Amino acid sequence: MNFSLARATLIAEADVVGIAGERAICDPRGVLYFPDLRLLAVSDLHLEKGSSFARRGALIPPYDTAATLLRLQAVIADYQPAIVISLGDSFHDGGGAERMHQSFRERLEALMAGRDWFWVAGNHDPEAPADLPGETVRELAIGSLLFRHEPSKARTEGEVAGHLHPCARIVQRGRSVRRRCFAGDGGRMIMPAFGAYTGSLNVLDRAYAGLFRRETLMAYMLGAERIFAISGSMLRPG
Amino acid sequence: MTEQPRLAEQNASVALPEPFVRWFGEKGWSPRAHQIELLARAQAGQSVLLIAPTGAGKTLAGFMPSLTELANRPRRKPGQAHGGIHTLYISPLKALAVDIERNLGKPVEEIGLPVTIETRTGDTPSHKRQRQKLAPPDILLTTPEQLALLIAAPDARRFFEDLRYVVLDELHSLVISKRGHLLALGLARLRAYVPGLQTIGLSATVAEPDELRRWLVGQNPAGEMAGLITVSGGARPDISILDSRERVPWSGHSARYAIPEIYEAIQKHRMTLLFVNTRSQAEMLFQELWRANEDSLPIALHHGSLDVGQRRRVEKAMADNALRAIVATSTLDLGIDWGDVDLVVHVGAPKGASRLAQRIGRANHRMDEPSKAILIPANRFEVLECRAALDANYLGAQDTPPLINGALDVLSQHVLGVACGAPFDADQLFEEVRSAAPYAGLERRTFDRVVDFVATGGYALKNYERYARIRQTRDGLWRVSNPRVAQQYRLNVGTIVEMPELNVRYVRQGRGMVGRGGPVLGKIEEYFAETLRPGDNFLFAGKVLHFEGIRENECVVSNGAGANIIVPSYAGGKFPLSTYLAEQVRGMLADSDRWQALPEQVADWLRLQKEKSVLPKRGDLLVETFPRGNRHYMVAYPFEGRLAHQTLGMLLTRRLERANARPLGFVATDYSLAVWALDDMAALFKAKKPSLGQLFDEDMLGDDLEAWLNDSWMLKRTFRTCAVIAGLIEKRFPGQEKSGRQVTVSADLIYDVLRSHEPDHILLQATRTDASAGLLDVSRLAEMLSRVRGRIMHKHLDQISPLALPVMLEIGRESVNGGANESLLMEAADLVEEAMGPRAKPDQEGLT
Repeated sequence: MNFSLARATLIAEADVVGIAGERAICDPRGVLYFPDLRLLAVSDLHLEKGSSFARRGALIPPYDTAATLLRLQAVIADYQPAIVISLGDSFHDGGGAERMHQSFRERLEALMAGRDWFWVAGNHDPEAPADLPGETVRELAIGSLLFRHEPSKARTEGEVAGHLHPCARIVQRGRSVRRRCFAGDGGRMIMPAFGAYTGSLNVLDRAYAGLFRRETLMAYMLGAERIFAISGSMLRPG
Repeated sequence: MTEQPRLAEQNASVALPEPFVRWFGEKGWSPRAHQIELLARAQAGQSVLLIAPTGAGKTLAGFMPSLTELANRPRRKPGQAHGGIHTLYISPLKALAVDIERNLGKPVEEIGLPVTIETRTGDTPSHKRQRQKLAPPDILLTTPEQLALLIAAPDARRFFEDLRYVVLDELHSLVISKRGHLLALGLARLRAYVPGLQTIGLSATVAEPDELRRWLVGQNPAGEMAGLITVSGGARPDISILDSRERVPWSGHSARYAIPEIYEAIQKHRMTLLFVNTRSQAEMLFQELWRANEDSLPIALHHGSLDVGQRRRVEKAMADNALRAIVATSTLDLGIDWGDVDLVVHVGAPKGASRLAQRIGRANHRMDEPSKAILIPANRFEVLECRAALDANYLGAQDTPPLINGALDVLSQHVLGVACGAPFDADQLFEEVRSAAPYAGLERRTFDRVVDFVATGGYALKNYERYARIRQTRDGLWRVSNPRVAQQYRLNVGTIVEMPELNVRYVRQGRGMVGRGGPVLGKIEEYFAETLRPGDNFLFAGKVLHFEGIRENECVVSNGAGANIIVPSYAGGKFPLSTYLAEQVRGMLADSDRWQALPEQVADWLRLQKEKSVLPKRGDLLVETFPRGNRHYMVAYPFEGRLAHQTLGMLLTRRLERANARPLGFVATDYSLAVWALDDMAALFKAKKPSLGQLFDEDMLGDDLEAWLNDSWMLKRTFRTCAVIAGLIEKRFPGQEKSGRQVTVSADLIYDVLRSHEPDHILLQATRTDASAGLLDVSRLAEMLSRVRGRIMHKHLDQISPLALPVMLEIGRESVNGGANESLLMEAADLVEEAMGPRAKPDQEGLT
């Protein structure tokens, strides 16, 4: 297999999870990599969120696209995936791709070159991004996996989704730690948001109601260099 | 209004209108000398600063020029248009404005003056605000935020064109914060509307009156000052330090040991005010007093987190003399005077001598009777501090923090506000801004960057030109690009940025999270609520509460009871030891003759220290080292306050790490600092690797500080405040939380992105300046390091010294905020591992 060996040796056992029998690496940078498929999934890039806010009068720094692409670049350089799936809300709004600075567009196109790239439609960006290569799809089934933006309320084995921006919170020694996380129960996996300006929503929030088998819910919280797997019973709301 | 029992000589040169003379006569009073003098100076066209103790009739003095002028004004003919505001009164507290309306209204009515007085605060209903715009009152009582809003309105110039006086109450407390910066800029604007505008500042005693005198008038030319009238203090207060029968503890802040003696004092007086430094101390003291309250005396609680309704009820009961004691924090600190207080008890160290003077002024609000106060030190170092504060009060020493340069986030807000009111010319506005004392040194380059920031965010990447909030039009004037900008501005005006808070909602026990629930008891900081788990008991609003859970933006509680009660910690309310007081405490340590004034047990403690170790000379820094267990300790005694010590601790541990001393942690108090390490630091100093002098060298404030700062949570917190004030992100309003965290952009994320892509951005500069002055107290640390150069006294000991005991007891109580979050996560993850065994994992083969 062509999967980068240097990176593989760094992966702790805890970072590997099963989704409907498919092995995936939960990378602490917030992406999922399926080594057997050479497939990288990333969710909720929310590119051009900064300019989207600026349009409405909040002039937050215009560097979020640059920051997000830089991190994506590093991940892609490590795994060298054959397939990349951007799981929806790739742009913060429909005009995002158009507004993107030329230099960022070039950087993005360079990342896309030589791989199959899928834009899954999200609620923020239901249409194909303007003037960018890649294929726009509503959802995508590969092997036993089903990639879509919004998790469906019906039980779906092998669903990989985004949209909810999960984070988890624990309290240890009287102190509270909140991190973005992957949330999964072995059957379904909801990915953390990757974008530089994306916030997050606690996995215990009502928005997640009915999505997971409570007994097997795990939050894979993102650490600086590793994933921390925390069982659902230890999590706190808020 | 306060009574006027003292007779002063009439100043013949002043024209006091006849109705006033009659009124004073009817009351059997006569105007005081400073009231007449202030009137005379104002009538001569001067702006004036009046410094007087509480109870000196300051407020009436401040309004005298306005009232006499309004009394002589020709009556408005029917059909004649309403004039604008004649006098603007600005106070730091809404409650104070309301109080003044009541107190000023009485004499105005008695004298029979045709003067209208109204308040305008955040609570004023919108129909009243609109009516005020059409028919302005003669005297408008308001706050700095409301002034900013008035200025940002298109009719501002007309509204203020008849303005004669601005009366600024509690000026000493206004000028030291960002609110003061906003107000100074507002005043500059008013002066631009009305060049002959006069200001009257009312202040308690301050260290540098000249700073306030400059603040009151336009700095063109720079250095211009208002006139000064000083009224010397009334009767000398009768202050004592509790010489307790009990043992005074080594450390801690609860002063629990003194509860029986405090209760006895309450029993012996009509009305006692008990001041503490933090809200958590207030809760604790209140609880303990009620436990001791066998006679069921009416004792109440008052602090800023409590529900407004509850606070008003307490204030009213106090005014009606229905209470015997109130436990309070700084919410009752400023000039509001109600009730008949005959004793002030100060629990914990007063931290600054001025603060002490003001709090004691609360008792017996009559200048000629001595105020009575008791200081209750919570630990032994506080005994020293109380003694020093007491000496300082007798000496009339005054210390307020030095004024800092005007903040750039506040300036950004003001520039946008000005544009919302009317188009501006950048050259003119620059001159106007520089006429405000805090901005007198502002450079044009910086001002232009601020304007650029307001317009498009001021980023190096010019991406937002088309979204500009203000634009320069062909006539050279800057104007807002669309009305929505002004709307947004109005919602976000002000410089007070609260920590995110949750309402505390009371429900009946057993109802759990269901049901509508009962009253709101007050507000609690979100981060504290997050550490609670359902079933925990905590102390709030004087009750033991049972935590049920968090529902939207509310913390749901029921009646609690039992042991293991947690006391909420609050971010605010911890004042550092003032520079002046620190100096006094060092002096007292060095001079054994002064120990006689101390309680015997404390003097003994110092004697023991002298015997077992050494006491530093006044200007020296003592550093002790000793082993304990399998660790090595270093304790330093700079007496520069907790903030400066925390910064020092961070920097020292970095250096010790580089010197391979393997430091493990540190803890800081107001007085000293302890660092512990695996290696013997004394041996390092001896071998000069590094020497103690090198370790404490001032150069730590260069790169080390910079490197540490960038990752510091303190900087993030400061950035959030700056970003809200500067209008980069919006204020959070109650209930907004519901819209979900994933929708808004958090200040932390913006900070991270901005720092890595444009570290020199003007908002990051403003943030660093703020953090250095505020949370880090860098300037104080710098002064200390320079003062002790060549004067560090190292004492190596076999064991812990008496002086080191208090700080050593703090170890473990307060944790150092660092990279510890990851280890907490690891602990939690390991716990799972331990409890559940290695997780079932998919087949691993083929991975490596």
